[in-house]
Amino acid sequence: MARLIDVASIIRSKNAGPFTITIDILFREKECAVKAYSYLTPERIASLYKENPSRIEVILYEPANAVKINIPRKIPAGHPGDTDVYGAQQHAPLLEHEIPFDCK
Amino acid sequence: METRIYAPTAILGYGFPKESLERALLEEPDIIAVDAGSTDPGPYYLGEGVPFVTDSMLHRDLTLLIEASYKHKIPLAIGTAGGAGAKPHVDKTLAIIKRILNKKSYKARIAVIYSDVKKQKLIEFLKERKHFSLGKNNPLGDLTEERIRESTRIVAQLGVEPIMKALEKEPDIIVAGRVVDVAVFAALPWIKKQHKGLAVHLGKVLECGAIAAEPGSGSDGMMGVLRNGEFEVYPVNPSRRATVLSVAEHALYERTDPFREYVPGGYADLSQATYEEAGEGHVVVKGTGWVDLGERYVKLEGARLAGHRYVVVAGVRDPLFISRREELVDKAIEAVKERIRGEYNVYVHFYGANAVMGDREPNPVPGHELGIIIEVVSRDRELAKTIAGAVRSTLLHLGWPGRITTAGNLALPFSPSDLYAGKTYEWSIWHLIEEHDPLEFSSIKVLEV
Repeated sequence: MARLIDVASIIRSKNAGPFTITIDILFREKECAVKAYSYLTPERIASLYKENPSRIEVILYEPANAVKINIPRKIPAGHPGDTDVYGAQQHAPLLEHEIPFDCK
Repeated sequence: METRIYAPTAILGYGFPKESLERALLEEPDIIAVDAGSTDPGPYYLGEGVPFVTDSMLHRDLTLLIEASYKHKIPLAIGTAGGAGAKPHVDKTLAIIKRILNKKSYKARIAVIYSDVKKQKLIEFLKERKHFSLGKNNPLGDLTEERIRESTRIVAQLGVEPIMKALEKEPDIIVAGRVVDVAVFAALPWIKKQHKGLAVHLGKVLECGAIAAEPGSGSDGMMGVLRNGEFEVYPVNPSRRATVLSVAEHALYERTDPFREYVPGGYADLSQATYEEAGEGHVVVKGTGWVDLGERYVKLEGARLAGHRYVVVAGVRDPLFISRREELVDKAIEAVKERIRGEYNVYVHFYGANAVMGDREPNPVPGHELGIIIEVVSRDRELAKTIAGAVRSTLLHLGWPGRITTAGNLALPFSPSDLYAGKTYEWSIWHLIEEHDPLEFSSIKVLEV
């Protein structure tokens, strides 16, 4: 077991348009991205982010050894009541998330 | 055939090293192109008609770019002027440009592209054209007459063609309203009938300046050279380099789909793109495709006033209050709602517990102290102020069973404690509408200054 923060080279969140938070997790090795992609299912992300799995999208992007996760926003970016206009701090729950494989 | 493009910075007004621009000029770019826009700072800037960078930063960046453009006879193209690209943003940028030209006694031909959409015209279009909300998480629903009427400003996010049209007028400077990020980069290659997909992909890499370099920076530039079947990108600052990862990674940035970059009429298909390091911090990209969609849609963006915002910042150190915070704040708001009627919304953020992630916070456990921000929004500014004051004073003195700390519940850092935070807007329109002609949402004029 390892935590994502120990194996990923980049974990970041940002707006992708005003209604979606996009989270990119980049790995040093392609193999890790592939493993992470099969482990980080929409169901797993949904339970971490208290969201309906059908509204979560997980994409493998091999050119950057990356897994992309798209999560709907509860409040559009910059609307009254929003808590994170740029969506830049929504990756935190993933940092400590434990994954059942090790990689470099 | 090749097209050489220099992107001096990620956003006009974010600044860049003067030395980078000087180095870039040695690379003999055919065009200096810069994107000035982003919707990321929120709907306020479109709604209120103001840029999100300061006039002095715009002036500084533009002075250097105009000087370079004038001395080396390289056209300068600015996309989504002023951040949101509506008429006040374009005109403000234009006024700064005119001031610089005047001061330097330069003459220039300027092509100005407006992308504002008239409400009446759009209401007529609603009846005869296909339109739908953009993005599967878009909560706005259908584009309706009501949404159009409520909007303070509406712009169409133009494609590549209006920039091509403006370039054909052989201007020294192009100032464009709302356009897709890649438009100012892809236009010259499209005129030269180079590969549309590669041009759009190159534009996507360049539109963020040196963010796609290693180390990345939004305040530095990047060169792009589009040839037959490939493009090459490299930062001009010797302390940075482009790497396979830095360039490939950029396709992920602020996008839900890293494989497609859409413009009206089609998209660049990045799924088969290959990235290769070519030495000295250069990266060569091949294999990007182009898919012509046949139909054309433009994105419309509209913002409407949500209200005036008052903000109260408070701290709490009392562990009894901290443990009952949600209940006590709800109680205070309910008490105010019973006393004062009217249209307003109150939002409470508990910094130290779950202010950043709200209900999604996996660990909403506060420490020994807690920050509270109370946000009140109303169309009626006086009412917003009244409610902010009422919630603050009610919460300050609110009692609960077993309370022994009876003098006051909040540590207020400021006097006055209720701060006016200006107007706040929301997106009213984020929709696609059918476009019959690539130029129909643009209006282009040429000025000799």
